[in-house]
Amino acid sequence: MTITTLKPETAAQVTDAVRWALSAGEPLEILGSGSRRGLGRPVQAGHALDLSALSGVIAYEPEELVLTALAGTRMDLIRSMLAERGQHLAFEPPEGGTLGGLVASGLAGPRRISAGSARDHTLGIAGVSGRAEAYKGGGKVVKNVTGYDVPKLMAGSFGTLTALTEITVKVLPAPEDSATLLLFGLDDRAAVAVLDRALRSPYEVSGAAHLPAVIAARSGVSAVAGAGGAATLVRLEGFGPSVAARVTMLREELRADAVLGRDESLAVWREVRDGAGLGEGTDAQLWKLSVPPSAGPSTVEAIRRTLDVEAFYDWGGGLVWLTARPDSGTAIRAALSAGGHATLVRAPEPVRAATDVFQPLPEPLMALSRRVKESFDPKGILNPGRMYAGL
Amino acid sequence: MKMPVPDSGVIARRREIVEALRAIVPGEGVIVDENELRAYECDGLTAYRQLPMVAVLPSTVEQVSQVLKTCKAMGVKVVPRGAGTSLSGGALPLADGVLLGMGKFKRILDIDYANRCVTVQPGVTNLGISNAVAHEGFYYAPDPSSQIACTIGGNIAENSGGVHCLKYGLTTNNVLGLEMVLMDGTILRLGGKHLDAGGYDLMGIVTGSEGLLGVVTEVTVRILKKPATARAVLLGFPSSEQGGDCVAAIIAAGIIPGGMEMMDRPAIHAAEAFVHAGYPLDVEALLIVELDGPAAEVDHLIDRVEAIARDKGACYARVSTSEEERLAFWAGRKAAFPAVGRISPDYYCMDGTIPRKALPLVLQRMQEMSDRCGLRVANVFHAGDGNLHPLILYDANKPGELEAAEEFGNDILRLCVEVGGVLTGEHGVGVEKRDLMTDQFDEADLQQQQRLKCAFDPDGLLNPGKVFPTLHRCAELGRLHVHQGELRFPDIPRF
Ligand SMILES: Cc1cc2nc3c(=O)[nH]c(=O)nc-3n(C[C@H](O)[C@H](O)[C@H](O)COP(=O)(O)OP(=O)(O)OC[C@H]3O[C@@H](n4cnc5c(N)ncnc54)[C@H](O)[C@@H]3O)c2cc1C
Ligand SMILES: Cc1cc2nc3c(=O)[nH]c(=O)nc-3n(C[C@H](O)[C@H](O)[C@H](O)COP(=O)(O)OP(=O)(O)OC[C@H]3O[C@@H](n4cnc5c(N)ncnc54)[C@H](O)[C@@H]3O)c2cc1C
Repeated sequence: MTITTLKPETAAQVTDAVRWALSAGEPLEILGSGSRRGLGRPVQAGHALDLSALSGVIAYEPEELVLTALAGTRMDLIRSMLAERGQHLAFEPPEGGTLGGLVASGLAGPRRISAGSARDHTLGIAGVSGRAEAYKGGGKVVKNVTGYDVPKLMAGSFGTLTALTEITVKVLPAPEDSATLLLFGLDDRAAVAVLDRALRSPYEVSGAAHLPAVIAARSGVSAVAGAGGAATLVRLEGFGPSVAARVTMLREELRADAVLGRDESLAVWREVRDGAGLGEGTDAQLWKLSVPPSAGPSTVEAIRRTLDVEAFYDWGGGLVWLTARPDSGTAIRAALSAGGHATLVRAPEPVRAATDVFQPLPEPLMALSRRVKESFDPKGILNPGRMYAGL
Repeated sequence: MKMPVPDSGVIARRREIVEALRAIVPGEGVIVDENELRAYECDGLTAYRQLPMVAVLPSTVEQVSQVLKTCKAMGVKVVPRGAGTSLSGGALPLADGVLLGMGKFKRILDIDYANRCVTVQPGVTNLGISNAVAHEGFYYAPDPSSQIACTIGGNIAENSGGVHCLKYGLTTNNVLGLEMVLMDGTILRLGGKHLDAGGYDLMGIVTGSEGLLGVVTEVTVRILKKPATARAVLLGFPSSEQGGDCVAAIIAAGIIPGGMEMMDRPAIHAAEAFVHAGYPLDVEALLIVELDGPAAEVDHLIDRVEAIARDKGACYARVSTSEEERLAFWAGRKAAFPAVGRISPDYYCMDGTIPRKALPLVLQRMQEMSDRCGLRVANVFHAGDGNLHPLILYDANKPGELEAAEEFGNDILRLCVEVGGVLTGEHGVGVEKRDLMTDQFDEADLQQQQRLKCAFDPDGLLNPGKVFPTLHRCAELGRLHVHQGELRFPDIPRF
């Protein structure tokens, strides 16, 4: 339903565009590269604000561990720039998209358990609020407690508070080496117990996932697909000699069946990160559940009582990716008795328009969230409805 | 530094307010006696003192909720307080305000190894959490030097850090869940035992909000397994510049140490005279680099760090060979503040962050300022993350020295901002750096932050006078000027 797309080339033009939208009472849908427009609630806006022309790295200083770039900068560019200096974004974001889209979506990969998510690495922002005011928050150094930590609030706000124009992120050395211990044939509960043991060890585990048999069979990594059953994965990363020593000790302690070397280890964790193996292209809904790690299997068991689902576990059991037939939201959310939340990540537009894509909030929290939204965007100009209906 | 003028109308209603509080927290939980109130008249920033109108020490969440709701109804300001170790005056009481002491919230509620987290009440000390899980080999990573005394509630409010933070993050990176009470009495839960709380990251905003957004009544933090080994290297350099270069080179080599601390000559001498740590006295800069992890990794990295240091001109290098020796290396650094206290009647501890590459310039400019105002300065700092702690030596008994020290401190912080850094790396803004906020933020930045405050506390009753140099009314901040058709943005490409 988009009528026009505005494509500012400078931060000042972003302010102009938002000022116009505000005065005309016309909401805007904010786009990075628009690569994942099919996710989340459909935005109720007649105009798009495309930020992809706000592109370029402003400062990158490897020794300071910070990078500042315009929000529309493509992640591929940032990735390769960091890789040249042996660095990366430690929270393991998915490929593609823009820096702004990444931060606004608040993403993280399997390394979430040790390195945190986008919020933990977003140090500073500049942007334009729904009041058409340009402002900044945070700073450009790794340690800062001056004023409120506005950059954290931006992470995972899906463009509903501010059109981000510039972002400073913390970057870290990329690990020299990676290896993955494999255990075969465990059921979900036994697997999560093993992951728990691994995470309780002092060996700095940086990935802990479990793929039940059907999912494991779809892996592109032969040792995983060929296991003939479920595969439980424990990743160790770091300096070569350290990884070697930890693999030996933890393999013994967990009685692991096999070890994946660097390339296969990288490949299998890319699959875990992207939720691969959960039938892309089918009409099944894709859900992402965040629960206390030990409650992963019981949550899935509870869902299975009413729904036919395929699921796998990351974050030591704390992140459950699952696919289900349509109209699954109510049953999935009813199963979250141990706490946590469920997000609908992929579904056809009519479903996304009719379902709560994000976990509904208890009323006092919703009321506060509404006031927070109003403090940035009192007229609901930016991405209205993206996160919650009426917000 | 001026605090908001106390509201005489509120002070005149003191008896009525005390009665209302007594109805909520019975017996000794409400303090009105002047001598007893003295215990709360200042926090770690002792230069500013003020007796609160009344202090209240609730022991349940319901009481906290009732106290806040009642204060809101009566238009009374509230200052939350943990252990009172804040170095920026965050817990400084108000003459027309209630001091809300959280000291009775001392219970550890749940230790959950399977989910690697601990849930505690906010009055539990930082070290208390680590101690509670030590027998299972776990610990809570953020480790402010005040950890034996400061509370986790205060840590949340200040987003406290310590030596470990370079590698393991600040408070904000280690909190999973919070229960908090808003000024209107609403009790909220954010997050829990799962990662990524969902919805807006309100936990991220509350952490480091210096007691201005809500009162924290319960905290769930991540715990980590203790690293298998830790070893430290002591490195001496003929100049601070070379020390700084070495820090940059270690990081550029992909090494993130468990701790990386630097001291300048005056700090080294004071510390050595105090604890006899065995520091070399003929160096200009001393670097302590600690590596932790599996033994194989630590051995490998110690060698690499030594090689880098040699390359960067280190004239002294010693690797700890035993746990006693490692602790001795740290003993000097950890005692640096009291050690400096022995060589000067008073000292003023500053806290700013700079991009590390600006270190030589900042040290040189600081020396010039020191020469100009005639006050000495000793430097200890978290070298890995550029967080400086200049200690300004002065004598409060000499007329004008306190003011000179404060002025010197302000100049240092302005310099931090000028070189691309920030006003505070870990101690917070409080009342101390409040009036410098305009050096780092412009009016629009500060107004947006204050609008956030309005979303939590529309009447501005929670800890006012801290953090923000100007108090705005929420109604005024909320105004929005829109002119129909004002701009047609002719320059912006359209499709
Ligand atoms: C509800 C939802 C859940 C998602 N979950 C996952 C997931 O689990 N795994 C995964 O791999 N990907 C997920 N994504 C996709 C994620 O958005 C992409 O990986 C990547 O961030 C897309 O980048 P982009 O630049 O193409 O963003 P877009 O698709 O253009 O935008 C993504 C979101 O960010 C906002 N946005 C973009 N740029 C800015 C900016 N400069 N300022 C403010 N807001 C901005 C948009 O309005 C939109 O809400 C999710 C997206 C949504 C909407
Ligand atoms: C010797 C010394 C060394 C120090 N070293 C460090 C260090 O290495 N790193 C570091 O970061 N800091 C350090 N500090 C500063 C201080 O210890 C920390 O800021 C600490 O977090 C304060 O905790 P507290 O319980 O004493 O809080 P208080 O001083 O009582 O209060 C601090 C702030 O928190 C608010 N607050 C307290 N409890 C709550 C609650 N439950 N809910 C809402 N708001 C609340 C108060 O209103 C106030 O704004 C040091 C202090 C000293 C004296």
